[in-house]
Amino acid sequence: MKERRLKISTNVDRVKEVGIFVRDSLGFDHISTVSGVDWIAQNQLEVVYFIGSTTPGQEDFILALSEKIPRENPVAPTLVDVWRGVEYPERETHEMFGINFQGHPNQSHLFLPEDWNDLPPLRKDYVSPGR
Amino acid sequence: MSVSLGPQHPGAAHFRLRLWLDGDYVVRTEPDPGYVHRGEEKMAEYRNYIQNVPHLERPVILDSSNILFPYALGVDELMSNKVPPRGQYLRVIMSEANRIISNMYFISIQGLFLGHTTMITWGMGDRDLWIDFAERIGGARVTFAYIIPGGVRNDIPEFAIEKGLKTCDWFDKRMDEYEKMFFNNPMVHQRSDGVGVLSREDAIAFGATGTVARASGLRVDVRKDEPYSSYEDFEFKTPFLTQGDSWARAYVALLDMREAVKIIRQALKKLPPGPVRLKLGPQPRVPAGEVYSRTEAARGEMSYHIISDGSPRPYRVKIGVPSNKNLRALPHLIKNVHIADIPIIFNSLNFWPVENDR
Repeated sequence: MKERRLKISTNVDRVKEVGIFVRDSLGFDHISTVSGVDWIAQNQLEVVYFIGSTTPGQEDFILALSEKIPRENPVAPTLVDVWRGVEYPERETHEMFGINFQGHPNQSHLFLPEDWNDLPPLRKDYVSPGR
Repeated sequence: MSVSLGPQHPGAAHFRLRLWLDGDYVVRTEPDPGYVHRGEEKMAEYRNYIQNVPHLERPVILDSSNILFPYALGVDELMSNKVPPRGQYLRVIMSEANRIISNMYFISIQGLFLGHTTMITWGMGDRDLWIDFAERIGGARVTFAYIIPGGVRNDIPEFAIEKGLKTCDWFDKRMDEYEKMFFNNPMVHQRSDGVGVLSREDAIAFGATGTVARASGLRVDVRKDEPYSSYEDFEFKTPFLTQGDSWARAYVALLDMREAVKIIRQALKKLPPGPVRLKLGPQPRVPAGEVYSRTEAARGEMSYHIISDGSPRPYRVKIGVPSNKNLRALPHLIKNVHIADIPIIFNSLNFWPVENDR
């Protein structure tokens, strides 16, 4: 990653603590987006929170807060109470990767049909129809 | 009582709002997107880095160059491409032209929702001049596939520079008229002042960006914060207002266009000579790596999270679109308002359902 980008790898037990620390002590208050990655070879799922800052002098800085979760039991705490803006992105990550964000106010489908009855589509073992 | 607004509503377009009403008062709102979800991110994993160019710009046809821009920047960063100066300037020109095309549409529709017929007819007419401008450069009217990894697809023809400068002069005059005719119109003020106010604190908490954030006094602009593609060469300001209401969100878009015209004029005048792109070949080798690239699109921060595993196709492409970032504020804004205020607040968020769904 280039200059002014920082990736912090943490785990599900510490992620909330680290989130509150980077928000309050380092000034990363402006959530940009939340991404998920399916590392199928390592049998892991990754959630990455990209957080910007409105603190003068570090607006160009993007902090990536990442946690890896086992694929069989993908449970992670929600960070909605750290950054209010992650509610929809987490909901999207939930439906696309099947990650269960504990404590999330509403994990119903955002983009997928209500009756979607298949693997979460952005997982690597889900194959697009006709492929 | 709970009712649906959309997905067939002519203004909401492929998007549904669930409203909980008490008389004509909205108590609670829940957005229900997803009607135009096409799985762009999954599609990107099946195609190589160049094949991804045309389909990635489809979600946001009003602002098609700006959704490709951060993708191109991200792939350039992974490949350590040094884009030639002329290519960088042409990227800026096309991006700013698209900003005007998109903002013009936004303001025109805001006029339509306010019952201001002149704004939509004049606005759409002048928007066409910029589509013509982009057509002379990119060869198409809507989706250009112009900004590609390594630079831009083709050079700008000489006559397009001359005509472009003429369009800039004309448009400067027109923007003065929009200001007089639409933004300083007492009826428009009465209808949209203080409607759907988003405070600066809430804008930060929801992660709002672009016109929505700048209307609430949050001075975010990736072009200034993190200059890319030679933006540091141009003189321009980041306009921002503090009211945070529907009027301010529309007016910021006009101020943005003033700056965009300034940038286009400067770029056209001092366009450096030389090639416009690097020769990459149809299947470029992209080293393994991870990148987070972002640019300022018409609606706000457009970002890409691209992971390459060294194979010809990306391992993961995440598109962070501004509509999605501004949608987070919608349930907060459409609450305790009259039904009649919904179109004004909804449109002032500059929300594009197709971009949001991807």
